[in-house]
Amino acid sequence: MSTVNSDAVSATQSMGTGATGAAVVNSTTARTVTPESPSSQHIIAEDGSNRHHRDWRGWKFMAPFAIVFVFVFIIPVIYAIYLSFFTHKMIGGDVFAGLSNYVRLFHDQQFWSSVGRVALFTVVQVPIMLALSALLALALDSLRLHGMKFFRVSTFMPYAVPAVVSTLMWGFIYGAKYGMIGSLNDLLGTNFDVLNPNWILVSIGNINTWEFTGYNMLIFYASLTTISHSLYEAAAIDGATEWQIVKRIKMPELKGSLAITVIFSIIGSFQLFNEPSVLQSMVPGNTITTYYTPNMYAYNLSFMGGQSNYAAALAIVMAVITMAIAYIVQLRSMKEQMK
Amino acid sequence: MTFTKKAIALVGALAMAGSLAACGGSTSSSSSASSDTSSNEKVTINVWAWEPALKNVVPKFEKKYPNITVKLQNVGTNKDEYTALDNAIAAGSGAPDVAQIEYYAIPEYAIKSQLKDLSDTSAKDHQSFYTPGTWASVNYNGGIYGLPMDSGPMAFFYNKKVFDKAGIKSAPTTWDEFYQDAKTIKAKTGNYITSDSGDAGFYDSMVWQAGGTPFKTTGTDTVSVKLTSDAGATKFTKFWQKMIDEDLIDTKTAGWSDDWNRALGDGSIAGLLTGAWMPANLLSGAPSASGNWRVAQMPQWSAGETANSENGGSSLAILSSSKKADAAYKFLDYVSHDSEGIKTRIDAGNFPSDNDTLKSSDFLNQTTLTDSDGKKNEYFGGQKFNAVLAKAAANVTTGYQFLPFEVYARGIYADTAGAAFTGKTTLSKGIAAWQSKIVDYAKQQGFTVK
Repeated sequence: MSTVNSDAVSATQSMGTGATGAAVVNSTTARTVTPESPSSQHIIAEDGSNRHHRDWRGWKFMAPFAIVFVFVFIIPVIYAIYLSFFTHKMIGGDVFAGLSNYVRLFHDQQFWSSVGRVALFTVVQVPIMLALSALLALALDSLRLHGMKFFRVSTFMPYAVPAVVSTLMWGFIYGAKYGMIGSLNDLLGTNFDVLNPNWILVSIGNINTWEFTGYNMLIFYASLTTISHSLYEAAAIDGATEWQIVKRIKMPELKGSLAITVIFSIIGSFQLFNEPSVLQSMVPGNTITTYYTPNMYAYNLSFMGGQSNYAAALAIVMAVITMAIAYIVQLRSMKEQMK
Repeated sequence: MTFTKKAIALVGALAMAGSLAACGGSTSSSSSASSDTSSNEKVTINVWAWEPALKNVVPKFEKKYPNITVKLQNVGTNKDEYTALDNAIAAGSGAPDVAQIEYYAIPEYAIKSQLKDLSDTSAKDHQSFYTPGTWASVNYNGGIYGLPMDSGPMAFFYNKKVFDKAGIKSAPTTWDEFYQDAKTIKAKTGNYITSDSGDAGFYDSMVWQAGGTPFKTTGTDTVSVKLTSDAGATKFTKFWQKMIDEDLIDTKTAGWSDDWNRALGDGSIAGLLTGAWMPANLLSGAPSASGNWRVAQMPQWSAGETANSENGGSSLAILSSSKKADAAYKFLDYVSHDSEGIKTRIDAGNFPSDNDTLKSSDFLNQTTLTDSDGKKNEYFGGQKFNAVLAKAAANVTTGYQFLPFEVYARGIYADTAGAAFTGKTTLSKGIAAWQSKIVDYAKQQGFTVK
């Protein structure tokens, strides 16, 4: 009797009130067991159909996002995975290739050299940039600077300049003969060339630091402004020096946003593309190769060599590597914060 | 992050949707190719080209053929256009009727049967109309895959002021003299006779000029790559290595960079071995050196020879997917064969590919270039530079073949051979590495490599 009732109700009742509906319908049986609310929850949990309906309502609210997400994210990823199992030949067309693209990738020295390069870049550039950002944020937060607003805007400004434009600009500055470096060379009688193969990664790192220091500074600064003033007052009463305040109050607060900025920066560095590809036409020989970074390699494979299937395999492997590294960093930082 | 072919193709197709909508009515008349286009039926053809001179040609063409509307689009310069073209072809829709294709890219599209063979049109009688180099470039495996538009016979452009300062009376006529002059210029002025920081198109042209034929395609699926054993290729490689070793060419300044243009302007790069399309670029890139530069024939491997090669230059080709081939061919013919069409392009700065223009006295006696403000400029100090370049065009040897994937091969030249220009390896080792990458790619693409 109760089961029939519950079915009928679940069909007519809307999902939001499903819980109470079920409770009412089952009240006859419920009464015989225990009249408290926990029992009704227990019964609902058993009632599969009711639960199902409730889920659908949530999905309706999700739909606008879910549809877009599926089309622009899930489907392309699945399609890339699908593509990576094929190979396209000028003679012979598309052929199923199984895992051969992946096997080739694991033996591709060019690919691993590009991964090594962005890893090195990450290890060196990210700490420098984040240290600078933190310093700037602390300086801003100290309220001891003149022209705070100007300072804040001008450090953030480079982030608003499109990467292509800023790279072109830096490219002109870097010119060993006629750029700013060239003028310096004339002045000092030196022959310094930052666009040569030994220095180019540093030069790119400098552009990236210039571009993103302001952005990271803003994240740090935002977390500093959330510190309650009562803490500072307490510190002042206890006679803490400025340095002690920085060390005991501000630095611990920065730790939380550090995880976010590190993850963003790692992902950004692993996707390095704009700066080296724009600089490529300004540097001699093989200073910046077509496989300089993993993203450049994928781009050149698919647009220059017609090897989009192989590029798809590369993209997927790179996504996995980047996710793994970001995940490890996040785990570590969560452990840190637990301490 | 995911550079998938179809996704790219989709984007390409979407981009094209606009243009398709724009020519709405006429797209339905897909039978126009078979029907008589001389009837009053209106046809719209889509043309992809980056050559700016074509903008002036289209209105005159449309006046002559009122029933044909030309929709000219610049979808990008060379590599960018080829990418767009590949995407449109892969997507199966959105490809234009006519596309600008450089000579070196013709085999790549011809071998995939993506260009219409013009052998059954009036093009088959055009051989004597064009220079030998350009005509050979549009012929591939017995078919004619485009009509030559502009051309780029190699020549030696040099800064006479710097040569004078070094006490050199005339331009070098042999590579030996070129080497000696380079030494003199370096010693007396500190300048370089030319620059090269790893340019594949330049390397190809120099090998061609040295009589080399390192690439051969037989049938549709067999290629041979003999860069390490070809006599012309090894001759040039060895010579160029000597120039690099003795620091006689500027290897640090990347071609077409801002520094490069300035160096051409102030004389620190005192010469260029490049195509006949260079004058307009010199004027815009290095205006300060106006009056200092001159043009001469390419230096030769043995005194008295006249061998020359092409560098750059492009044709117009009809896509085999086009359903309006008749109208498209009328456009090709007007641009590349009709005297009015040719003159319009030459006036806009194109270097001609047809013998008539190369012989016309107006062209040969020209001493000025027109700058972007429309002012006449005696950039070559009053020299009749076109007379030199016309002779260079007539001297181009035939028989050189491009790879059927030349675009890719050139793209990876700097990766391999480029290391020789930064002192990391020798040019011959770099060329050997290039060859092995080319062979790998050929095999991956299903070619038989001999």
